[in-house]
Amino acid sequence: MRAMPITRDEVAHLARLSRIALTDAELDHLAPQLDQIITAVAQVQEVAAEGIPPTSHATGLTNVFRADEPVQCLTPAQALDQAPATELGRFKVPRILGTEE
Amino acid sequence: MDLTRLTAAEMSAKLAAKEISATELTQAHLDRIQSVDGQIHAFLYVAADQALSQAGAVDARRAAGEDLPALAGVPVAVKDLYATKGMPTTCGSRILEGWHPPYDATIVERLKDNCAIILGKTNMDEFAMGSSTENSAYGPSHNPWDLSKIPGGSSGGSSASVAAFEAPLALGSDTGGSIRQPAAVCGIVGTKPTYGGSSRYGVVAFASSLDTPGPFGRTVLDTALLHEAMSGHDPMDSTSINAPVPPVVAAARQANIEGMRIGVVTDLSGDGYQPGVLSRFAEAVELLESLGAKVTELSCPHFKYALPAYYLIAPSECSSNLARFDAMRYGLRVSDDGSRDAEEVMSLTREQGFGDEVKRRIILGAYALSSGYYDAYYGKAQQVRTLIIRDFDVAFDQVDVLVSPVTPTTAFGIGERADDPMAMYLADLCTIPSDLAGNAAISVPCGLAEEDGLPVGLQVMAPAMADDRLYRVAAAAEAAFMARWGQPILSGAKGLSA
Repeated sequence: MRAMPITRDEVAHLARLSRIALTDAELDHLAPQLDQIITAVAQVQEVAAEGIPPTSHATGLTNVFRADEPVQCLTPAQALDQAPATELGRFKVPRILGTEE
Repeated sequence: MDLTRLTAAEMSAKLAAKEISATELTQAHLDRIQSVDGQIHAFLYVAADQALSQAGAVDARRAAGEDLPALAGVPVAVKDLYATKGMPTTCGSRILEGWHPPYDATIVERLKDNCAIILGKTNMDEFAMGSSTENSAYGPSHNPWDLSKIPGGSSGGSSASVAAFEAPLALGSDTGGSIRQPAAVCGIVGTKPTYGGSSRYGVVAFASSLDTPGPFGRTVLDTALLHEAMSGHDPMDSTSINAPVPPVVAAARQANIEGMRIGVVTDLSGDGYQPGVLSRFAEAVELLESLGAKVTELSCPHFKYALPAYYLIAPSECSSNLARFDAMRYGLRVSDDGSRDAEEVMSLTREQGFGDEVKRRIILGAYALSSGYYDAYYGKAQQVRTLIIRDFDVAFDQVDVLVSPVTPTTAFGIGERADDPMAMYLADLCTIPSDLAGNAAISVPCGLAEEDGLPVGLQVMAPAMADDRLYRVAAAAEAAFMARWGQPILSGAKGLSA
């Protein structure tokens, strides 16, 4: 069973990994709530599940294939229509590389 | 005659007989929305012009002598997580505010193929995470029985719209109970079809192994009509089941449970359940027995771990699914002033665009999936999922359907559980097992709790692709309750001043 509560630092780290710029106030608020939730869901560890296969999906379907035929898709104009910014018929995004030479 | 008080089946018959037009019927619902939605706030978007033009087209086709489907001209409200071309789709989130999808969800296309009239988009908990609509970025919806109470969630705008006669039918989606719980607390019918029985294409993803689109109606037959129209194989959804739609409408008309074996799940009862919910449920079980069903009690010992397993599996899937909201190709983008890189803009946008519950679940999912914790949390939850499926398998060897309450309490007050996530999660206690197992379940009204006069729902669960059994049982119960009450349950809903 889990001995340590989830810490504020751990929540801050997970938020960074999740690309959510949480404020300090939010960290203060969310960390104890998450700790309470994690304590509750840790109950699953009580279940004796030795040798029980995991289920990721209930229907038992395996992969589905279709004929590789071209079908109609969105036009570039439709695809770009809802973009926050575009330039020269492309999505325009903030820089993704550092500024150093 | 107030057209909004008709059932969808009656609307369909009157439209076919040309006693009423689709235009009149649509206008009557738009007028109703205009007069009561200020109090209910079921809709985030009302598609008045589109609905009237659709209705006009249906009337023209009928006048030309075309043979039209059963739902032709019948209005439907659509939960705001179905992609709709030409209408906004927000998922109750700021991050999608003003987003207009470039395509229709398959189910929306099917509604259009069936000539149903889309009235607009209904309120919901942000990204379908919640049981009250209080997590909507656009404010909560209100329960037509008592405006100070929640209408359930996450599909609470849809349930409220149907209970308030703003729409005869509505689409919802159920991941942990988001159709059945709102149906129960609003006194209407709602079904979670078998997972894979209804297409997820164009339904914004929350937890993909659980998300199941489904119907709401005021009667069992109405709900079956929408269920049949929306369902069936879709090549655009790789988890869609390629098999005929179970005969739900025929089952709703049959309404006979003579000799049917019904199992009462003893684990879904006891501490934490409101007395009035348990007494209405016990009465419903007696009623089913009096209608000729063979009732037995049985235990599903792993159901008590369904809630914790769900709150590991669903957040894990959501933390991955919601990564797509990255401020790059559509949706909100903030703080892009040229000085910040993509990662900063992404983090600031997600901070501003997501509400508390969504943030909680993304972080919880990231935690459950992180190395070092994966086996203890996500891995273990997946094993519990197997055990719950086995519990169902054992039960369905002995009985045809299982029954339980839908949710432990009647509608709670707006604000009462808003900042207590664990208390909110308990609303899903009885509905989660069917989501984890991917089978079918329905909520049908079974009376009012004596202590507060608010509606209680009876849950019926059936094996995967035996959705028709739900409708047989629910329709039989509904007919017997109607005979006892002498009027539809919604006649008691007095929350609206209109």
